Parts: sequence; structure tokens; C-alpha cells
Amino acid sequence: MSTDIIRCAATLENLSQAIEFVEEVADRFELAIKKKFGLLIAVEEAFVNVCHYAYPDAEGEVSIACTTEGTELVIEIADAGAPFDVLSLPDPDTTSDLMDRQIGGLGVHFIRTLTDQVSYRRANGQNILKMVFLQTGEPPQ
Amino acid sequence: MTIQTVKEANATVLTITGRMDAVTAPEYEKTLNELLAAGETSFVVDFQGLEYISSAGLRALLATAKLLKTKNGQIRLANVLGTVREVFDISGFGSIFQIQDSVSAALADIG
Repeated sequence: MSTDIIRCAATLENLSQAIEFVEEVADRFELAIKKKFGLLIAVEEAFVNVCHYAYPDAEGEVSIACTTEGTELVIEIADAGAPFDVLSLPDPDTTSDLMDRQIGGLGVHFIRTLTDQVSYRRANGQNILKMVFLQTGEPPQ
Repeated sequence: MTIQTVKEANATVLTITGRMDAVTAPEYEKTLNELLAAGETSFVVDFQGLEYISSAGLRALLATAKLLKTKNGQIRLANVLGTVREVFDISGFGSIFQIQDSVSAALADIG
């Protein structure tokens, strides 16, 4: 088992740095390409949610811990904002037509759809979103 | 992300290359809003070179398409491929946008 952690200010300026960090872990883990694409979207959505909502009146930090164990890649995104479970939000209606389509809600839909498992917990004053990705594809030679 | 804009006879073609994420999506919205303000109302957006799109990119597409509709404009997407196509499918965006296989087919569809 190994864990890599990145910690940075929760601002969109740090998005590409965070994504590169997670991508490097996914590459070392040899996560299947399709899975990796889903992983990067799910991580962006979760990271951006923290940037937009965790610290409405102040600056704060976000951390991303990537743990690989066996065939699982576990990503935990944590912030120290007010208690908030992003998974409590409803999924958007993905069938309504253009003018009736709501602008929001897609981020959490992607988090739910693109992860193999996802859960929220509040611990040590932090919101922690745990996303699990299973390493599909052939084992390394 | 880069956006190249070419004015064809019946529409403006925007070729998007790179990543449409929370950082870059506002650029797309800004470009389209500027073209709209300049009087353009027909658009083809070519995704051939688009490597990645997140919900922020989809939101930008949706917001501009809604605005365009209120101005009786039209928009077609071309070359929505691979993983970008999958994002369209899981979000239901594949059915709210008119998608063509190529820029020339999209231009022909606008007429």
C-alpha cells in the first residue's frame, strides 16, 4: 500500500497542478485509460466543488490523498469547510430538452457515475469524499 | 485550450483544441458571447481536437446554446468523439445538441 498526498489552497488556479498529480499516480498504478479519463473528471468535479463552496468567506486548503492497494485506487478529497455532503445533492434530469435543462448538478452526477464506489464522511473537522477506482485491464508484465 | 474561429458563408466555425475544464470553459463562453454581440447567430463547433471535457465545459456549452436560442440562432457540434462522446452520453447532452459527423455535414445541415 502506498499513499501520495497533495495539499494546496482551494482555488481554481491549482486545478491543473492537482490533476497532474493524480494523473501521475494513476499512470504509476497503470489504471486503464478509460478509467483514468473518468477518474480525472471525477477529481476535477470534486476539487472544483471545494473551490467554489467549502470556504465562502475565507481562503482554505484542499488535500487529495491517493492510496493504491491491491487492485484499488482510493482518492480522498478533504476540506475543512462547514459540514457538507455533496452526495446529498440530487442528480440532474438528464432527459430534459435544451431550454429546460438546468445549468448545475452535473458535477455530482459525474462523481457518482464515473467512480466504482463513492462515499462521504465528516471526520476531524473535515469533509472527506472518498472515491474508489478499480484497476481494470491486464496486470503489468 | 485554444479556439480558432473561421467565418464560413453561412456560419462561424469554432475549432476547439485541448481541454475544456473549469479553468478554460469561461473562455469558450466569452468567445461565443463576443461573436453573438457582433451579430453572428449560426455556429458550428468542431470538437475534433478536444481531448477532455468536464461539467464546467458542458455548462458553458449549455449556457451559450440557451442564449443563442433566445436570439433565434443555431448551433451544431461536429466530431464529438471518443471519451468526449462518452461524457455527452452520460450527461444526456448527446440528445440536446444537434451533432454531425463532420464540419461540412454540420454546415450543410445549417443550410
